[in-house]
Amino acid sequence: MKAITRQKSVEEIQQGLEGLDRIFVVGCGTCTTMTKTGGIDQVEEMKAHLQEMGKRVTGSTVIPTACDDMTEVAMKENEQFIRSADAILSMSCALGVHRMNLYLDKPVIPAVDTLFIGVEETPGYFREACVQCGQCLLGETAGICPITACHKGLVNGPCGGTNNGKCEVDKEKDCAWTLIYNRLKEQGRLDLMRQYQAPRNHHIVLKPRAVKIT
Amino acid sequence: MVSRFKEALDSGKFVITSEVAPPKGTNLEKFLHHIDLLKDSVDALNITDHQSSVMRFPSLGGALAVVEKGGEPIMQMTCRDRNRMALEADLLFAYSRGVRNVLCLTGDAVPVGDHKEAMGVFDLDSLQLLKAIRQMMDGQDLGGNNLDGAVEFCAGAIVTPEAQPIEPQLIKFEKKIEAGAEFFQTQAIYDLENFTKFMDYARKFKTPILAGIVLLSSARMARYMTENVPGIFVPQDLIDELTGVPKEEMLAKGIEIAGRTITALKKDAICDGVHIMAIGREEAVPDIIAAAGL
Repeated sequence: MKAITRQKSVEEIQQGLEGLDRIFVVGCGTCTTMTKTGGIDQVEEMKAHLQEMGKRVTGSTVIPTACDDMTEVAMKENEQFIRSADAILSMSCALGVHRMNLYLDKPVIPAVDTLFIGVEETPGYFREACVQCGQCLLGETAGICPITACHKGLVNGPCGGTNNGKCEVDKEKDCAWTLIYNRLKEQGRLDLMRQYQAPRNHHIVLKPRAVKIT
Repeated sequence: MVSRFKEALDSGKFVITSEVAPPKGTNLEKFLHHIDLLKDSVDALNITDHQSSVMRFPSLGGALAVVEKGGEPIMQMTCRDRNRMALEADLLFAYSRGVRNVLCLTGDAVPVGDHKEAMGVFDLDSLQLLKAIRQMMDGQDLGGNNLDGAVEFCAGAIVTPEAQPIEPQLIKFEKKIEAGAEFFQTQAIYDLENFTKFMDYARKFKTPILAGIVLLSSARMARYMTENVPGIFVPQDLIDELTGVPKEEMLAKGIEIAGRTITALKKDAICDGVHIMAIGREEAVPDIIAAAGL
């Protein structure tokens, strides 16, 4: 499971850094390295872009996993360079941005957008597999999540927009319910698809969501 | 006040419905004209709900206009734009103002329409909406609370007999029947042989089915639909038939094809009626009905 990200455009980053001249750049060695949006190479490229914008780069680092508590250590190690900067430009996912905001009190500006939580299905192909709805249906849908894989998140079968196993929003996208039907049929469990699914509870865990393990 | 449309369905007659699309804006002149034109020649008139996800005057407002003119509306209701509370509230209002028929749809996806960045709601789906209506008819809302004054609707749904693959579609069709669908209006059908096969299967459920008749206004439109619209298949011989006449006669040919199809459906009692969709050519609907000899 990885946070799938996309780099913001240079224009957007420039806008985000308006009035901030001295920049410390932070990449992440996990998800954004894998998606080539915030690994060592992209951090170097970003530094060049920043210099072209007329910014002063006070330093950079790639934290092994920017979302965990080791981030504090990594930031402490670079404290003097971060302190001399006006802002941190984060090339980790939003979880990393959140983490970096906890230390040193510097503004953290994201250079990437976090798109979804995905799995690498084939090399370089990342697909969303779970939207964390809190009511896992996978046992009844042959391991294919209709909340995630159906554009409309339908739980009672396909809509009228299904077309030769593809979705009305994009001919490249599979119709989740055709996939579910085929797999349930193979498993001899089509009766599961015939069951009525009641409206979903959108507040299984009240937003903002948090759980305390005791 | 009961549903006149329901009475027509129960009477065993060959039922005719058609549809009118509300305008984009507040100029209702043409829309009201179409209602006047059609309300007396059909058993009920569907009012579309932001069809193709294009924002328009609401189906609820359109249905009220039909009621005001003494017609019988079928209010189309999609789950795309309203959560369950808004849908329930609109059903209460619609009922209070004389609307007695609802067609429950999931709704097209937002990105195919003209508000591509809007949120697609889909808090309910077509099936859950059907069930919600049943629950409200029993005097209860979806929160489990009692209603002070229940609703009474003839609620129906849609089915796509040409869907590929058809099996998942049929499972949903059967679930809609179990959820209490009182009628079905189908997606456009042109291949009578295939539709007859579908009806051989669907008959055993005893829920009235109105075959979707979409007017083919030109060969280009026919080709476009068969290539691009999910669940629509126009056989090549119909496209050839349209191509075989001069451009200015294509509409007349399309009317003839629609009329002929309806005649065949009625003659062999293949289904319980038809739902005529002229998509922007509402003026042609009376001609289609005449061409069908109804």
